[in-house]
Amino acid sequence: MSPPHRRERGLVRPYVVTDGRAHPTRNTLDLVTLVVAVGNLPLSGLSPEKRRVMELCRGGALSVAEVAGHLTLAISVTKVLLSDLIDSGHITTRPPIPRAQLPDDQLLQEVLDGLRARL
Amino acid sequence: MDSAPGSDQVYVPDTVRTAVKILVVGHFAVGKTTFVGTLSEIRPLRTEETMTQASELIDDLAGSPDKTTTTVAMDFGRLTLSERLVLYLFGAPGQKRFTKLWEDMLNGALGALVLADTRRLDQSFDIMGLLEEHGMPYAVAVNQFDDAPVFPEAEIREALDLLPETPLVLCDARSTASSTEALISLVAYLQTRTSQESR
Repeated sequence: MSPPHRRERGLVRPYVVTDGRAHPTRNTLDLVTLVVAVGNLPLSGLSPEKRRVMELCRGGALSVAEVAGHLTLAISVTKVLLSDLIDSGHITTRPPIPRAQLPDDQLLQEVLDGLRARL
Repeated sequence: MDSAPGSDQVYVPDTVRTAVKILVVGHFAVGKTTFVGTLSEIRPLRTEETMTQASELIDDLAGSPDKTTTTVAMDFGRLTLSERLVLYLFGAPGQKRFTKLWEDMLNGALGALVLADTRRLDQSFDIMGLLEEHGMPYAVAVNQFDDAPVFPEAEIREALDLLPETPLVLCDARSTASSTEALISLVAYLQTRTSQESR
């Protein structure tokens, strides 16, 4: 049997870094959920991918999508890694104002004002 | 990792508490990447999602290796709108097949800007249908390519079968001001809808 011809960028199949899991332990992570590393927790015992996430997130807040983009990981894989790191206390989400507390029209007005200010 | 974490622009400002997203969608080569790149204050990022493991396996067995590389690519960028609010723009192609990535993108998005090209208006139908199916409000921005024919707005509206209230704007995805104006039309429309609903 000849080896399958693949054109993947990495040597590691995507879900190897998540121990074969395709689903995160929590469903609260959105593409734009902001995540930050919790300072000074030891990284011992973390997989190389989780260390990379921690190294990136130690610099400041980023959205889930940005973490995936910077580390060239799939979104689904990134969510699994981030969920694990939230479970282990390494990562925290920046408390967003719950949508229900911020009326849509007020939010949209802020978006509109912000865009107009850029002109 | 060719990005440069450590440079000032990479991270979201400390004061930001809310992140919202708007989708920038349209068919192949309509200017989504340009649009996102024009407006983003960070170097635009891209992620690619492969199809499910299961479908890869089936493709392998079928002996069509090209299909194993089937990916959905998404470009995105960021704009800081105030000290507490950032806007993310997600650009992705329209697809008949609804994917997990689409689900992720649509979830919680404020709305979508459909980029269209007057040379290929019919290619915008799939994406408009997908947005309508998921109740995602949208505006249409015709990206003006230098060699594309110019039609009166009424003709474009008719060709795209737009509802009377759906905003239609002309834009140049290479221009910051023009692209910002296109987003403003979308958000103003979203605001009108919200105030009508709450009446």
